Amino acid sequence: MNTLIRFLRKPIASAIVAVAVGFAVAAVVLAVAGFAPGRSFAALFQGALGRPKYIANVIIKATPILLTGVAVAFAYQTGLFNIGAEGQYIAGTIVATIVGVTFDFPAPIQILLVIVSGALAGALLGAFIGFLKARFGIHEVITSIMTNWIMLYLCNFIVSTDAFHKTNSTSAIPINPSGYTMVLPNWKRSEAGIEFLNNIPWLKDVLLKTDLNFGFLIAVAVAILAGILLARTELGYELRAVGHNRDAAHFAGINVEKNIILAMLISGTFCGLAGVLNITGISPHTITTIAAMEGYGFNGLSVAFIAGCSTVGCIPASLLFAGLIYGGMTVQQVMGAPSDIISIMIGTIVFFTALPGVMPLLADVIERRTASAGDPPAPHTEVPPELPAQDRAVRVDNGKGGEE
Amino acid sequence: MEVSPEYAVQMHGIVKRFGSFTALDHVDLNVRKQTVHAILGENGAGKSTLMNILYGLYQADEGAICLDGEEVGIATPTDAIRHGIGMVHQHFMLVENFTVTENIVLGDEVCGAAGVLDMKRAREEVVKIVEEYGFEVDPDAKIEDISVGMQQRVEILKALYRGADTLILDEPTAVLTPQEIEKLIEIMHDLVGKGKTIIIITHKLKEILSSADECSIIRRGVSMGTVDVSKTTETELASKMVGRNVSLTVEKTPAHPGDVILSIRGLSVKDERGIEQVRGLDLDVRAGEIVGIAGIDGNGQKELVSAICNLARSESGTIEVDGREIQNTNPRTSLDNAVAVIPSDRHRWGLVLPFTVGENLVLERHGEERFGKGLTLDYTQVNAFAHELIEQFDIRPAGCEEHVASGLSGGNQQKVIIAREVSASPRVLVAFQPTRGLDVGAIEFVHKALLSVRDGGAAVLLVSFELDEVMDLSDTIAVIYHGKIVGEFAQGTVDEGQIGLLMAGGGAK
Repeated sequence: MNTLIRFLRKPIASAIVAVAVGFAVAAVVLAVAGFAPGRSFAALFQGALGRPKYIANVIIKATPILLTGVAVAFAYQTGLFNIGAEGQYIAGTIVATIVGVTFDFPAPIQILLVIVSGALAGALLGAFIGFLKARFGIHEVITSIMTNWIMLYLCNFIVSTDAFHKTNSTSAIPINPSGYTMVLPNWKRSEAGIEFLNNIPWLKDVLLKTDLNFGFLIAVAVAILAGILLARTELGYELRAVGHNRDAAHFAGINVEKNIILAMLISGTFCGLAGVLNITGISPHTITTIAAMEGYGFNGLSVAFIAGCSTVGCIPASLLFAGLIYGGMTVQQVMGAPSDIISIMIGTIVFFTALPGVMPLLADVIERRTASAGDPPAPHTEVPPELPAQDRAVRVDNGKGGEE
Repeated sequence: MEVSPEYAVQMHGIVKRFGSFTALDHVDLNVRKQTVHAILGENGAGKSTLMNILYGLYQADEGAICLDGEEVGIATPTDAIRHGIGMVHQHFMLVENFTVTENIVLGDEVCGAAGVLDMKRAREEVVKIVEEYGFEVDPDAKIEDISVGMQQRVEILKALYRGADTLILDEPTAVLTPQEIEKLIEIMHDLVGKGKTIIIITHKLKEILSSADECSIIRRGVSMGTVDVSKTTETELASKMVGRNVSLTVEKTPAHPGDVILSIRGLSVKDERGIEQVRGLDLDVRAGEIVGIAGIDGNGQKELVSAICNLARSESGTIEVDGREIQNTNPRTSLDNAVAVIPSDRHRWGLVLPFTVGENLVLERHGEERFGKGLTLDYTQVNAFAHELIEQFDIRPAGCEEHVASGLSGGNQQKVIIAREVSASPRVLVAFQPTRGLDVGAIEFVHKALLSVRDGGAAVLLVSFELDEVMDLSDTIAVIYHGKIVGEFAQGTVDEGQIGLLMAGGGAK
């Protein structure tokens, strides 16, 4: 019993319980809709993990939402709500395409150039939103939403320009192959490569049938570095101080405006990077006309909140999210069940992870019940601010407790 | 417990738990009819929790409540009001731009046919109560135009209008001037004479002695008994409340003032709404002395402190520290000129609550070389530094450098701020309401800390709404009224009455 109580007090308990509840709700919905939940879930796992190729695709899908998730979590810990991740992502794709098409340096220089310029695009857009907040007090949610749409139409505009439009398509010209970041893009299609891969079927499956690229490694490194930046550096200390209590930070001589701009700049960098890596890493290696938001930024929000806004926690959260989406397509194919069920499941998970204070409270109730066995505990609706449960809830937000 | 109708309120065996924390542990309370009954306790002792249970804001886990000798169930404030219990909270719940009458009837409006407000009849009813109890309140005045003492009377009227027989007053004197406190005590006795019963929650011993008939003491959620106020002393009450002997008077040696360190000339500061609150203020604070600013809240104290720590712009005038002008720069400049500030609102200005105690203790100096290795913040150094301060300033629990600041008690949170500011070896220490909400034990600690800073040769500016504190601690007492210093006195040359008069704007300069 004590182990259970201790477990419930940990932040990760909320995440695990939320996922379990998400599956339970999905099972009910599936059953009501007339699909066997067991077989549907089997199809889900088969579709996400059944073949090396599927696993590779889950990782590929997880890459951009891991980065936008880290961006949102990072901003959240500094007291900002970066709902503009989507726009900063698009800015990254646009600039990556322009630079990747315009220049054609040898691969190492080209890759670096494209990545840096795309990340910079996201950074500048983020910093712009931060500047508007710091200088004029305009709420970042408003400017973020506006820049999202500006970026969407800017993207469509660039696609339509003569310099970049690919004839008879809705896309721009793909970037030069020197900018690709797939694993061994040329070798794997060469005769020697194919001959070698024929001996190792799983590797062939992964390399030839997917765009497996280095993006996920970069994203994981970014998640870890972002965590260290927040928890262990002077800059991170100031950013968090401003995020948790702007007045006290100002009072303590910390430049609040500078820190707001910096926080949005860093958050925007991660989103821009997400955009670049999708251009360099997966076909069609270019931007296309988009009718509506693709959701890379918004899915980042979900990832960040499943992770309790811990940047490192975004790594498993993004894999879970990508696995559900990718595996969900199989549920549709095999069972004929609408993939909306997966959306319901994700929604439920996010909903329950958004209640970080519930699990420690549950721990308190169990503790009391075991302490005074037979004595029914009175309902506790009010929670005084001194309650340890709430401290813990706050602690989750600041991310240090992420995955203990 | 013997249930008897001679008691207006009897609470028996009240237990209240918040999670694993027991706020009240089998607390008993017996309040005789037509008396003023004080509830005394340190901060967090559970006195407000007990009253919130009586008023239906909280539910007791165990125990019974009897009113007039009959057991009742009180689940909501509406139940409490129905049973004739009224409560005046420490922070008034009044609508600023409504009139007195409108505020009194709010939530219990007099309506004519089809739900149309009948303000004429409402006003008549209000006038009737005002006259019945002899309150000098204008029913047509707007709340924003009347004094704090008047506002409190409106709160009491609100409860009486709803038919309260038992009134709970939560820290009623916290915001009042000495004259207003006297008036309040008069009103309380008057109400008792007219058949009402009054319960006051307080940690001020003097007021208990001058107003209450009986006093129940709660220490850490446990009843420490009830005493007859006429047969007790301040010292006895204090030791019962804290559980040890405390010194109630400030023991200080004479000051040895040196050169002027903080010099303010012709300072004008506006508040957030653009209204001038500090109006051409002059003030000098010398090395090795405490200058105390006495005044009622809202006479420019907040803006004065804000200007010194550069949170607010100075419209005109100068603020000099050691001859260097620091006005209209930024908070960093104040810090760099060795101005340390203990802010009035520790949660808003003083601490980052989700940060650890260690992180909070380096809040103003995390940029110093000893805490940084290049870009990184050296948490080993931070925690070692914090550990030392925690021991030196007796911040509890011991070794709490990695605890979250929000988990500390109010007194210990204040100690964190004081440790940080005092250890910065300031030239000027501004203490704004440094003992707000603290109990006698913690107040003693804060006062000693301020005196040690003074004796270390710094200039100390104490700004407090507690007149006793200013009178006891300051070497020089300066009275602020309407944004100006209207009188300066050496300690011991003036009494509370004179100061109180100046604070209220009376008396020639």
